[in-house]
Amino acid sequence: MNGTKELTNAIEEITEVAKGFGLDFYPMRYEICPADIIYTFGAYGMPTRFTHWSFGKQFHKMKLQYDLGLSQIYELVINSDPCYAFLLNTNSLIQNKLIIAHVLAHCDFFKNNIRFSNTRKDMVESMTATAERIAHYEMVHGKEEVESFLDAILSIQEHIDPSIVRFKLPPKTEDNSTNEDSYKKRGEYDDLWSLDSSEKHSQKRKIKKQKKIPPSPEKDLLLFIEEYSRELDDWQRDVLTMMREEMLYFWPQLETKVMNEGWASYWHQRIMRELDLTTAETLEYAKLNAGVVQPSRTSINPYYLGIKIFEDIEERYNNPTEEMIRNGCKPNKGRDKIFEVREMESDISFIRNYLTKELVAKEDMYLFEKKGRDYRITEKDYIQIRDQLVSQRVNGGFPYITVENGDYLRNGELYLRHGFEDIELDIKYLEHVLPYIHQLWGRSVHLETVVEGKETLYTYDGKEMYKQRI
Amino acid sequence: MSNEQEHNFVVSQENWSLHRKGYQDQQRHNEKIKDAIKKNLPDLVSEENIIMSNGKDMVKIPIRSLDEYKIRYNYEKSKHVGQGNGDSEVGDVVARAPGSGDGQQAGAGNGKKAGDKPGQDYYESEVSIAEIEEALFQELELPNLQEKEKSEIITEKVEFNDVRKKGLMGNVDKKRTILTALKRNARDGKAQITPIYNDDLRFKTWNEVIRHDSKAVVLAMMDTSASMGAFEKYIARSFFFWMNRFLKTKYESVEFEFIAHHTEAKVVTEEAFFSKGESGGTICSSAYYKALEVIEEKYNPTRYNIYPFHFSDGENISSDNKTCIELVHQLMEKSNMFGYGEVNGYNRYSTLMNAYKTIEDPKFKHYVLKEKADVYHAMKSFFKKTAEHV
Repeated sequence: MNGTKELTNAIEEITEVAKGFGLDFYPMRYEICPADIIYTFGAYGMPTRFTHWSFGKQFHKMKLQYDLGLSQIYELVINSDPCYAFLLNTNSLIQNKLIIAHVLAHCDFFKNNIRFSNTRKDMVESMTATAERIAHYEMVHGKEEVESFLDAILSIQEHIDPSIVRFKLPPKTEDNSTNEDSYKKRGEYDDLWSLDSSEKHSQKRKIKKQKKIPPSPEKDLLLFIEEYSRELDDWQRDVLTMMREEMLYFWPQLETKVMNEGWASYWHQRIMRELDLTTAETLEYAKLNAGVVQPSRTSINPYYLGIKIFEDIEERYNNPTEEMIRNGCKPNKGRDKIFEVREMESDISFIRNYLTKELVAKEDMYLFEKKGRDYRITEKDYIQIRDQLVSQRVNGGFPYITVENGDYLRNGELYLRHGFEDIELDIKYLEHVLPYIHQLWGRSVHLETVVEGKETLYTYDGKEMYKQRI
Repeated sequence: MSNEQEHNFVVSQENWSLHRKGYQDQQRHNEKIKDAIKKNLPDLVSEENIIMSNGKDMVKIPIRSLDEYKIRYNYEKSKHVGQGNGDSEVGDVVARAPGSGDGQQAGAGNGKKAGDKPGQDYYESEVSIAEIEEALFQELELPNLQEKEKSEIITEKVEFNDVRKKGLMGNVDKKRTILTALKRNARDGKAQITPIYNDDLRFKTWNEVIRHDSKAVVLAMMDTSASMGAFEKYIARSFFFWMNRFLKTKYESVEFEFIAHHTEAKVVTEEAFFSKGESGGTICSSAYYKALEVIEEKYNPTRYNIYPFHFSDGENISSDNKTCIELVHQLMEKSNMFGYGEVNGYNRYSTLMNAYKTIEDPKFKHYVLKEKADVYHAMKSFFKKTAEHV
């Protein structure tokens, strides 16, 4: 580090510029760390998180790349209030400036995007507590036991229901709402009397009432298992709850990858232009920036696509067409429009609404798929490309799985359904995941999907995997 | 760490040297790899990549239990979006399909990497043969080790590893002599080389070293008659591959003699041994005669540890079996152990195995291999760890 004073001055300047642009962020905490610490945090996604070998594997990979000099500039920012950002202690001043400008925009996004409105802003502390709880369970139940349970949960951790307005498992909501209503009618403080018991009672009542479980397909597999599995001990339910909390926290980031990175890149470019850089600094910055926003032939770079869409929106709303004016658009309102977009949209609606035909053509986007041994371009039609991008972002990029029946064959078996939308599952992986679900559920697990155009049911009964056409 | 209220931000640099979490979990991951290797040994041992690698250091093998399994899409069967330079056309090739074991990492979490390398991150564990060996050989042991000690021969060798004041002029150590003279002259007032006195002379001197020389020879015998197909040969090949590596950990040098036989036997090259097929019937005793002959000619049992191993499909001319048993006994007198591996995938009735079952000698080991994974079990059976050694 070449002088904390210099860095502090730079941060001060950049913060001023960012505020001047209207960015609205939480108080910032910048931590300067050595490489192994930064990559540890990067691998875990948090400064302190529970222990699992998969993080070790990720850490090893990232650290190795760094040691070999292969990794590019690295930014790590935590969605929390205050917001933590981590700077590598070997960064040059200009690298730090770029990162700071970039993370301020991320922080603005965390604070203002609607998808993040439900995320806990004290997650750093919460995950630390989770880590401690799990470490405690390791002491009590043994490392192997806890690890094998975590292996199982992590395989399905993404299958939660992240809806902003979430109805709890249907029967529970009914009970709760009626309960709450009656409490409110009685008086302001009456609910205090039965704080201890109300929760448990309503749960019991619900299970008795239940006829079909779940009454309608349930998206939240984690929650469903937590509530209805007969296999789990209390500590396991506790772990499951905590894992679900963590995923709920991370989910908006999965849902807004393109937007979030696009927004941050858009702003680091605008902010850097405002700074007084020397020629050498300008060159170094240009190189760094080019490395970050670089299109790829074989995938979509979220940084690049995101910034292009934001710039396109701004451009179009600065110079609205006749039709747009007729619909109430005023000229030179591009900036306002992108602030509105960053607040209201997620990747799906962002791409669906703002990836225009012209932009697709300008960026020379295409669809490719495997043909024989090669991956070949198969489509250049705008609608197809846009829809493919959207469908890849549906459910954070994960297949959409619902619980259809928790008492299949009247035998307590679990029946899951993959909402097939033209993309087949990786069967090899599926055949490894079903045993994990079986481990959590304790009885046979079925999953319905489509393979080669035919509806297929995969079943794991604890010993063997079966596959049958329906 | 001062809280600068007016800035609304804090910069801090702390001492992170005690933060070892990443390394701890990395170590756990390494343990899991070792574990997975151990669990997959039967499959790994007969892995084609390894046998054909001629002992290259690293091999890529998918270690399945280490993937982080998720319900995910099949990458190969779905469409993807990419970007060209402005001139892309339908039909252009954008990438080649990578080899097997495609495992794109699900990059969950929020550690974002600026300019994350696009494209899929195919994951396959790389394992060094050394790691597999470590796991495999832990479970193995050479039987009849006492024999080996007896057959260790001692060679005398001289090594120049000492310096003395007296010695042969031819062995004078010039550097040390000059240094001594310099020091003495400096003590006397002038730091120079001359004069050199007799007392300054230093000589290199030798000591006699006793070296335990241990040599082993494997007499690899195989039935190359028509009934031995590619599968049978592959099994034998895998077995000899590991046997070679195992013996090398125990002996300084391991030699191989390849004896191919059908109705008659001859010494052949390794390549011919594993690739050539011949026609005709089978007389196993021919190989044993040849083996005895080779021992007589080249490998004195007092100097060599001899390991005759015979692979066959068990189809021997019945009349020959009696001779075989006799010859096996003769061979065993001269060798550390005798191994007979029968590659018999279909549970055929085997005349030879039936005859061999009557042999009762701790030096005689036999095993029936039915599938690839049995190479591992055969290794374990032939080189079994005995209880008292554990």
